[in-house]
Amino acid sequence: MVFLVYVCSLKTFNFAKLNKRFMTIKKSKIVGLEQVVVRFAGDSGDGMQLTGSLFSDSTAFAGNDFATFPDYPAEIRAPQGTVAGVSGFQIHFGRKTVYTSGDLADVLIAMNPASLKANMKWIKKGAIVIVDIDTFTEKGFEKAGYSTDPTLDGSLDGYNLIKAPISNLTKDALTSLNLDNKTVLKSKNMFSLGIIMYMFNREIDLVSKYFETKFKANPLVVEANKMVLAAGFNYADTLEVLGSTFKVEPAPLAKGIYRNITGNVATAWGLMAASERSGRELFLGSYPITPATEILQELAKHKDLSVKAFQAEDEIAGIVSAIGASFTGSLAVTTTSGPGLSLKSEAIGLAVMTELPLVIVDVQRGGPSTGLPTKSEQSDLLQALFGRNGDAPVIVIAAQSSVDCFYGAFEAAKLSLEHMTPTILLTDGSLANGSEVFKIPRVSDLPTINPPIVQANDPNYKPYRRDPEKLSRFWAIPGTDGLRHRIGGLEKEDGSGNVSHDPMNHQRMTLLREEKVMRVANYLPDQIIYGDENAELLVVSWGGTYGVMRTVVEKMQKQGKSVSLAHFRYIMPLPKNTEKVLSNFKKIVVCEINNGQFVKYMRMSFPQFKYEQYNKIQGLPFMVAELEEKFNALLKH
Amino acid sequence: MENQIIETQRIQLTKEDFSSDQMVKWCPGCGDHAILHSVENVFPNLGIRKEDFVVVSGIGCSSRFPYYMNTYGFHSIHGRAAALSTGIKVANPKLSVWMITGDGDCTAIGGNHFIHTVRRNVDINILLFNNKIYGLTKGQFSPTTPKGTKTKTSPQGSFERPFNPGELVIGAQGNFFARTLDTNPKHMTATFIEAEKHRGTSVVEVLQNCVIFSNKAHELITSRETKDENQMMIEHGKPLIFGSNKDKGIRLNGTNLEVVKIGENGITEKDILVHDQHESDPGVHVMISRMMPPEFPVALGVIRAVNFETYDHEMDTTIAHEKIVSKIKNVDDLLNSGGTWTIE
Repeated sequence: MVFLVYVCSLKTFNFAKLNKRFMTIKKSKIVGLEQVVVRFAGDSGDGMQLTGSLFSDSTAFAGNDFATFPDYPAEIRAPQGTVAGVSGFQIHFGRKTVYTSGDLADVLIAMNPASLKANMKWIKKGAIVIVDIDTFTEKGFEKAGYSTDPTLDGSLDGYNLIKAPISNLTKDALTSLNLDNKTVLKSKNMFSLGIIMYMFNREIDLVSKYFETKFKANPLVVEANKMVLAAGFNYADTLEVLGSTFKVEPAPLAKGIYRNITGNVATAWGLMAASERSGRELFLGSYPITPATEILQELAKHKDLSVKAFQAEDEIAGIVSAIGASFTGSLAVTTTSGPGLSLKSEAIGLAVMTELPLVIVDVQRGGPSTGLPTKSEQSDLLQALFGRNGDAPVIVIAAQSSVDCFYGAFEAAKLSLEHMTPTILLTDGSLANGSEVFKIPRVSDLPTINPPIVQANDPNYKPYRRDPEKLSRFWAIPGTDGLRHRIGGLEKEDGSGNVSHDPMNHQRMTLLREEKVMRVANYLPDQIIYGDENAELLVVSWGGTYGVMRTVVEKMQKQGKSVSLAHFRYIMPLPKNTEKVLSNFKKIVVCEINNGQFVKYMRMSFPQFKYEQYNKIQGLPFMVAELEEKFNALLKH
Repeated sequence: MENQIIETQRIQLTKEDFSSDQMVKWCPGCGDHAILHSVENVFPNLGIRKEDFVVVSGIGCSSRFPYYMNTYGFHSIHGRAAALSTGIKVANPKLSVWMITGDGDCTAIGGNHFIHTVRRNVDINILLFNNKIYGLTKGQFSPTTPKGTKTKTSPQGSFERPFNPGELVIGAQGNFFARTLDTNPKHMTATFIEAEKHRGTSVVEVLQNCVIFSNKAHELITSRETKDENQMMIEHGKPLIFGSNKDKGIRLNGTNLEVVKIGENGITEKDILVHDQHESDPGVHVMISRMMPPEFPVALGVIRAVNFETYDHEMDTTIAHEKIVSKIKNVDDLLNSGGTWTIE
C-alpha cells in the first residue's frame, strides 16, 4: 500500500510507521493515501452491512473508485456474540482504478471480541484496529472463545489499537431522548461510522440526509441516528492516538453517471437490458439458492419492465419452464448455483437438442455437493462445459467482475438468442455479493440483438433448416400462422426436424451442434493480452479472478518483471487467436480457485504447450502476495 | 382476442386440420388411438385458432402424442411436461396448452411439477392417461398400480399403496378434476371440452387400456357385463344414480358416502346426493373421486370445477398494474434509479 503524505511531501509509509510518527501531531494534519481497505465487523445484529454501505455512498460522493465485499455468516442468526455470528463488510477505495475489494484491511472496526477474533487474519500488520471496548468483558471473551483479554495480552502488539467506549458513548449521546436500551444499542453502528467518517475527512451531512429519507416515518429514529453519528465523529476529533486524518483524492474517473452495483443485481439488469434490446419479453424460471437468489429477487421486482419471474418448485422446473418460455418466444433464463446446475443437466440437454435460446446463470460456490454455500469457487467450469449426457455442447462465458456481470449477462443473452444455443454464464459468489462502481451505459449504446425469428407463412420454413453462416436454426414462435411444428428431446432429422433414429443422421446432427457452437468464435473479439506479447511468463486466468490478477500483474510489470496476463471471458468457444497467443510464451501458469479445471481444458485444447498451475481451494479469493510469490518463483526457474 | 374471433368466423376447422403426417406408432388396440381421435375432434370445435394450440408431453407412450397432432408441439423429458407447459402458458397466456401425460410421467417422476402446477392453477389442460403400468419401459408397476398387482418389478405382487389421481389433484388444491374412459369416445369428447372451458388447471384422468402390459386393468368398469354396476356417469345438478336399472344411488350418510337402493328401506330419489361440481369445499369431491369397486362405482365425468384466479392471469394483471404505478418505464430509467452520482 502506498500512502501519499501531504505534510512531508511524497513519502511512503505503512500505517505502523505512520502512527508512531504522527502520534503527537495535531488533527489538522491530513495524510493523503493512494488506496485504503476498511473492514467493518460486528455481530450479525450490529448493522455492519448498513454501516458499510453508507460509507460506500460517502466514498462515491468523495469521487473515489471502490469495490466492496460483504462477509456474511452462513447462519441467519448464529448465536449472538460468537465467531459464527460475525458479519463483516470490506471496502477498498482509491484514487486509481480499484480492481478488487482488497486483500487485507488497513483499518478494522470490531464491535465485539468475536468480530476481532474472526477478522484478525484479514488485517495488515500495523493496521488501525478500533474496538468497542465496552463489549470486551469476561462474557464477551467467553462467547468469542478468548481465554484472555486480547487488548491486554499482547496479541495486538504491532497494531494501532483504539479502545473506543462505543456502547457507553452511544448511550450518553442519547440520554436526552429517553429511548429504551435496545433501541439505543441498535444505533451504536452509527457511532463507529462517525469515527471512520472523521478519519477519512468525509462530510456527515450526506448520511444524515439518508436517515431523513429512510426513517421518514419515525423522526425520533432520525434524530437518534444523527446524534450518534455526530457523537462518533466528534469523539474521533478528540482522539489523540489517531494523530492524523486521511484523505484519498478523487479517482480520475471518466465523465458520466455512476452508481454502485453488486454482481447479482448487475446480472439481473444485464438480462433486462438484453430483453429490451432484443424486443423479447424476459422470462425467468428459478429456484432460490445461495448465492444466486438475489438475481431472482431483483427480477421479481421488475414486473414494471414486463419481467415474468417464476419461482419454481425446484431447480428442474426452473429451467424447464424457461425452456417452455423460450419455445414461446421469450428471452428465457434460469439462475442457479452449482448443485442446481447439476439438477438442470438433463434439461440443458433438452435445450441443446431443441436448439432453443436459453441463458443459464451459474453463480458458483464451493462444492462438491452442498459444499461451502457462502464461499466462492470456480469449480463448476468442467460441469458447465461437459456435464451432460450425450455430446451436448453449449456456449460458456464467464463474467470477470461485479460490473462485468451486467455485460456478461447481456452478452450471454445476445449469443444465445442470435445463435439459438443455450449459453451458460459463470459468475461466482465473490462477484455476486461484491459491489463496484458502475459507469451507467445507455441502452441504445449497447449492441443490437437480432434473434432469427421466422415470419408468418414462410414457405421455406423447416424446423431444423439452418442459417448457412451460424448454423443456427430459426425461431418459429407458437401463435404464428403457417409455422406449426413439433420439437422435442428425441434426435431430429436434419432439416425436417422429424424424429430420426438413422445412424448417419445422428452423426451429422452431433457434428452440426458442435460446429454451431465453435462458429460462435467468428463473432467474438480476440483474446486480449495485458502486457508484453512475448513476456517470459504468461499468467492465465478466467472469470471472477480478473481483479486480483490485473492487480498482481500490473504491480509486477511496474517492478520491471516480464509477466503478462491473458484473462479469459469466453470459455466455449475460446477466442480464435487463443492458440497463437499462447504460442508466444515459454512459461504459462494457469491460476484458478479450484483444483485445476481450466488448465485441464487448456491441456486438452492445446496439448502442445506446457502449463504450470496455481490453485487455491479454500473458499477464499487469491491474495496479491501469494500470486506474486508464485510468479516470482516461476520467473527465477 | 379480436383475431381469434375473426379467424373462427372465417374458417370452420376440421379434424383434418389437426392430423399430422407422422405415422402413429402405438400398439394396435391401445387406448391412446381413441384418445387421439377424440382430441382431433375436440380441437376444431373450441373456437381457437389452430396456431394457438400447443400440445406438450413428457416421456412415455402417451407422450408421443404431440407428434401426431398438427399443432405447435413439444415432446420434452420425463416428468417435466407440467413445468414446460407452465413456462409456455405464463410466457404467452393466449395459447391453449394441452399437456399429455401418463401415470408414471405425471405422478411418479413428474409428481412434484404436477402438484405445484395444480396448486398454482396455471390455465392448462392436463390429460392424464392412466393405464396403471409403465408401458414404454415394458411393464413395471406405477404409482397407480393397484396393491398386489404382479409386474416385472413386483413379481410377488406390488406392496405399494397406489395414488388416486383425483384425490391427489384435489389434495393439491386443484379446481378441476374429471374422469373419463378411452372406450367411450362421446364422453371423452364432452369431458375434454369441459376441461378447455374451465379457466385454471384442468386435469382429466383418462382410464386407458394398455393391451400389452396391463390389459383389462379397467375391465370392471368397461366390459359390457359389469360396467353398469361399476361406473357412474355424473353430471352437475343431477343425483348420483347408477346401475343397470338406474335404481342405485350415492347417499351422504353423516360424513361418509354410501350406496343405497332406491325403493328399499324407504329410500327415494330425494335421498340421493345431487352432484354440485362447483362446491368450493373439496370434501364431497374427494369422496366421489375416491369411489372404487367393489364397494362403489367409479365416478366418470366432471367431479370438480371451481373457479379461482389463474397464475398466468395474476402474473399479467400484476405486470399491467406495476407498469402503470412504477416510475421505471425502461432499462435506462432503471439504470439511473436510486443512488447515482455524476462525474463532470
